[in-house]
Amino acid sequence: MIELEMQKVTLGYDHHPVLEDISLKVTPGEMVGLIGPNGSGKSTIIKALSHVISPESGKILVDKRDITHIPRRELACMVGVVPQLPLLPSTFTAFEIVLMGRNPHLGLFQSEGKRDWAIAWQAMEKTGTDELANRYVNELSGGEIQCLLIARVLVQETKAILLDEPTANLDIGRQGEILDLIKKLCTQNNLAVLAAVHDLNMAAQYCDRLLLINERHIYAEGTPREVITDRNIKEVYGAENCVYTHPVNGLPTVLLGAHINKTNGK
Amino acid sequence: MTLNQTPTLPAGTYLSGRRTRILSLLGLSAALVAVIALATSIGSVQIPFSTTFGILLDKLPFVDITQTWQNVIATIVLDIRLPRVILAGLVGASLAIAGATYQGLFRNPLADPYLIGVAQGASLGAVIGFLLPVAWNIAGFGLIPLLAFCGALLATATVYMLARVGKTLPVTTLILAGVALSALLGSIVSYLIISSGDKMHGIIFWLMGSFSMSQWSEITVVLPYIVVGTAVIIIFARILNVMQLDEEQAQQLGVNVEKLKLILLAAATLITAASVSFVGTIGFVGIIIPHAVRLIWGADHRFLLPLAVLTGAIFMILTDLVARTVLAPTEIPIGVITAICGAPFFLYLLRRRKKAIF
Repeated sequence: MIELEMQKVTLGYDHHPVLEDISLKVTPGEMVGLIGPNGSGKSTIIKALSHVISPESGKILVDKRDITHIPRRELACMVGVVPQLPLLPSTFTAFEIVLMGRNPHLGLFQSEGKRDWAIAWQAMEKTGTDELANRYVNELSGGEIQCLLIARVLVQETKAILLDEPTANLDIGRQGEILDLIKKLCTQNNLAVLAAVHDLNMAAQYCDRLLLINERHIYAEGTPREVITDRNIKEVYGAENCVYTHPVNGLPTVLLGAHINKTNGK
Repeated sequence: MTLNQTPTLPAGTYLSGRRTRILSLLGLSAALVAVIALATSIGSVQIPFSTTFGILLDKLPFVDITQTWQNVIATIVLDIRLPRVILAGLVGASLAIAGATYQGLFRNPLADPYLIGVAQGASLGAVIGFLLPVAWNIAGFGLIPLLAFCGALLATATVYMLARVGKTLPVTTLILAGVALSALLGSIVSYLIISSGDKMHGIIFWLMGSFSMSQWSEITVVLPYIVVGTAVIIIFARILNVMQLDEEQAQQLGVNVEKLKLILLAAATLITAASVSFVGTIGFVGIIIPHAVRLIWGADHRFLLPLAVLTGAIFMILTDLVARTVLAPTEIPIGVITAICGAPFFLYLLRRRKKAIF
């Protein structure tokens, strides 16, 4: 079991801070959603927690260890990432792409064996991508690639998973399937899950806790009911009076009404 | 995760693809041996295939074949033709694997072993060597090869330093720095050539490449670089596959991208520099052989790299055979032949296969 933590972290590119003084924690068995407007730094947090970028100040802890001191291969055995729809090399088949998730578990002189193939195949069955196995990835749709990347992160067998817009390219049926699967893995295997989600409704339905980011800071933090409120949505997104209550489960639901206030923020 | 069933469909197809490629590796190895024997048989003195084989086999440990040939013939085979064939094979193999490495590392189909300054650095070194009025020999390197080798390494090191941004080495910056420095060195080389007077012919011949001066001593000098460099690259083949995703994903899958770039650039540059310093900057092989291998056998570097080694060696031995026999006794520079023989075949492959190759 692994805990992810940021302590007063400032992140940026070329000394332009994107996020300042951010503290957050994701505990095992918990699914945390990152929400916020475009460019608020959701992807930056995911890059920092997978050590693609280093913090300019503050500390990032994975399993209570400073991330900058963890060798990359070891980190990749602890934290897996589903990136935001990347370009994949067209010369590999779907199965080969999924199998690459075994990379951190293999030494320099090792090659994938039967056990790795079986793990990859099972992950493809779970994500409904088994029928794509022998297709070249340039023939696949955005949604199919998204599912493949989720299969790849399962193959990585990490205790923490970071997802950057995992459902952005999926149809509504697939969105539910994939988020159900992630949620199930999260609770059953006690994974720490942090997902950047654009769709506020999806975030409210699936996440235990939400972090609303705005203007370089965490603007609000708490359960979906505490974070997705008329006031917060108006302040951050500039959309007025659009939070309703889901008729079945009572969670907050965002529906755009007749009136949208275009001026953002304060 | 429980492993209750054996996967059949994808791993099955995946494995059958691997089996074909393993068979191809064995087939190509056999072809390489045959090509070596063939190339040693053909020349100004025709030696029967069986005799060549006998002489070569006789040299192997624990093999004793009754001598049916004159000593002169053995000398031609062992001391004149064989070193030339072996050196051609080594250089072909080096350029092919170095090209495949650069293409994989840069994720750029236009990359070749000369992209980041090796060729122009070596050329400048060699041209300076031609123009100096002295001659010496250090560690088995004659003056020209030594200066070419140093020039190649210096140029690449300069490009590397120029392209570094903080702790990272952005690939695009590296390529652009390589192109710019190559242009600079190239124009210096051009200037030196036109002011070189009667040495011009020798210089141009060197630049286009030739195996005519091949000796065993040269092979013993370049072999260590080539063997070590090739081994290092092949060890990292699986990780090079992961690098075909973008650098960010590779990092998230546990690859130390910056360290990998440094190791592979050093290995590929070293084997390229060692190869070109003796035989000149032979073009075409380093960019086309990896693509031809990709077209035929796919892009998995675990097979691509060794298959490129074998294909590169066979191709270079055959082109050198053409270069020294077609207009015998005149030799055609090998750099002319590589493209004349190779380009049509490559274009044929390119037309035949319509799917994405890179």
